[in-house]
Amino acid sequence: MIDFVGLYNYWIVIVLAMAGMYIVIARGNLIKKLVGLNVFQASVFVLYISFGKIFGGTAPILEKGIETYSNPLPHVLILTAIVVGVATTALGLALVVRIRKEYGTIEEEDIHIQDESM
Amino acid sequence: MGFFLENLPALIIVVPLIAAPLCVLLQGKDYAFTVALLATWFSFVCACYLVARVTTEGVISYEMGGWPPPIGIEYRIDTLNAFVLLIVSGIGSVVAPYSRSSLLFEYVQDRAYMFYAAYLLCLTGLMGVAITGDAFNLFVFLEISSLSSYVLIALGFDRRALTASYQYLIMGTIGATFIVIAIGLLYQATGTLNMADIAQRLPKDGYDRTIVAAFGFLVIGAALKIALFPLHQWLPNAYAYAPSTVSAFLAATATKVSVYILIRFLFTVFGVQLSFEVLPTSLPLMILAVIAMFAASTVACFQNDVKRMLAYSSVAQIGYMVLGISFVTVLGLQAGIVHLFNHALMKGALFLVLGAIFYRIGSCHIESLAGAGRRMPWTMAAFVGGGLSLIGVPLTAGFISKWYLIQAALDKGWWFVAILIVASSLIAVIYIWRVIESAYFRSAPEGAPAVAEAPLSLLVPAWVLVVANVWFGIDTRLPVGMARLAAETLMGVK
Repeated sequence: MIDFVGLYNYWIVIVLAMAGMYIVIARGNLIKKLVGLNVFQASVFVLYISFGKIFGGTAPILEKGIETYSNPLPHVLILTAIVVGVATTALGLALVVRIRKEYGTIEEEDIHIQDESM
Repeated sequence: MGFFLENLPALIIVVPLIAAPLCVLLQGKDYAFTVALLATWFSFVCACYLVARVTTEGVISYEMGGWPPPIGIEYRIDTLNAFVLLIVSGIGSVVAPYSRSSLLFEYVQDRAYMFYAAYLLCLTGLMGVAITGDAFNLFVFLEISSLSSYVLIALGFDRRALTASYQYLIMGTIGATFIVIAIGLLYQATGTLNMADIAQRLPKDGYDRTIVAAFGFLVIGAALKIALFPLHQWLPNAYAYAPSTVSAFLAATATKVSVYILIRFLFTVFGVQLSFEVLPTSLPLMILAVIAMFAASTVACFQNDVKRMLAYSSVAQIGYMVLGISFVTVLGLQAGIVHLFNHALMKGALFLVLGAIFYRIGSCHIESLAGAGRRMPWTMAAFVGGGLSLIGVPLTAGFISKWYLIQAALDKGWWFVAILIVASSLIAVIYIWRVIESAYFRSAPEGAPAVAEAPLSLLVPAWVLVVANVWFGIDTRLPVGMARLAAETLMGVK
């Protein structure tokens, strides 16, 4: 039971990842899909940050009398991953803007119907 | 000079990376073109030099910023990396001069420099994935190449290029995120990000749940990026609606680099024992590869857009590479790696030819190609050359890969797989024949506009790759020798 509750970070990761994936698959709205993708990526950020934590460790700043620090490396990695995520979202949104200009809609079904009728 | 040569592993990445913003700053089409051309050719020369050094001296380890691995990022170049670098930069150098006169610029007009910036970034990313020895660095380079390739695909003339690019963005990001989850889990299990270091610290025979989860995420993520059946849905649209220049570049390099990621992780990081003995990876990969070979080739036969046909054919060809990997023998791996090289040559050539056809005829539809054989003989002859190589006719590069693949299958005792390889090649005959029949045996429709030969600036790069197809079909020392060395190292035979 302790394990189950103690690992709640990881449960959140799984819930976020599945929710994000579900949105990407189930929603037809292109913006909602991107939001789902963001939720999915955020779950990975939480995963990395969670395993960087060391019980009893403080923030990784050198200080006298402190022996245990949390691992700073995952934080650094995730900073990079966040930048990548922002770039992906920006590019995705830019594409949606162009798609709306060309098709007049951002619903996947409508786009599909327009493509079929060509 | 010594300092220069010493830092070559960094320069091969840094030069195109710096050249990309330089293109944007210079703005002018000609300036940007010159910068891009020089940067890609520089990378190609570097890659040739690295290949020569790796084959004579063995593994090159370069410490980024002087920080020794595993703390710092290590660029680690062995035979396999060097070979992939050679493929990517080689195709990049052929496509760069081609891009100047392709129709792309009538569409992007005065923003041509943006195209070159994205092109150089894509090249940087692909080469970075190949050269780096750091798992997280690999993910970052993978995303650099993916993001720029979404931009490049969205440049297509058709509005469907936008939706294709969007779809690729969604699928590609999911794939890359899966890979980053795998890297995170590996870091959690071993406490290091250096791939050679991870390989050393992983328990070779133990069944550790974290590592198995990492393995699963990695294989699925890489399979998405490779476009392995049934995760290939993004590929046909992306390649069909992207500008021909981009299709040629991406078809010849992007999926190859993803196959490299799969090989690198399965064989070097996880190790043969964990990947194939503890976990049953070989059989599923083989089954998916065989289905890809047949299903995608069959679908290709029914496509009327030749570009889309070749895109489906790419999915089938990826099947051959994965099939080679799934044998888990030196011969099989060698065949897979040789096909990596040969497929880059043949698909690069075919897509470049299609660009030349599109330049003159304005369409890649099979009907509109009618009579093209007589009206643009050199262009269509190049198509026939690339097509023969795709089918695997003797004296072309395609024959060499199929030859080694069949040998590997027989060596393993899987004779039915050898039969399947031959049978699926026969399907390739059907779809290539459809194009040839239309181009040579049908006359142009009444009232069709007069069409001349494609300009030399498009024909020459296409022919360079066609000649390379024949050259490496006869003189196989370079690809086969390097693939052999790489396969032996990966399997731990040497």
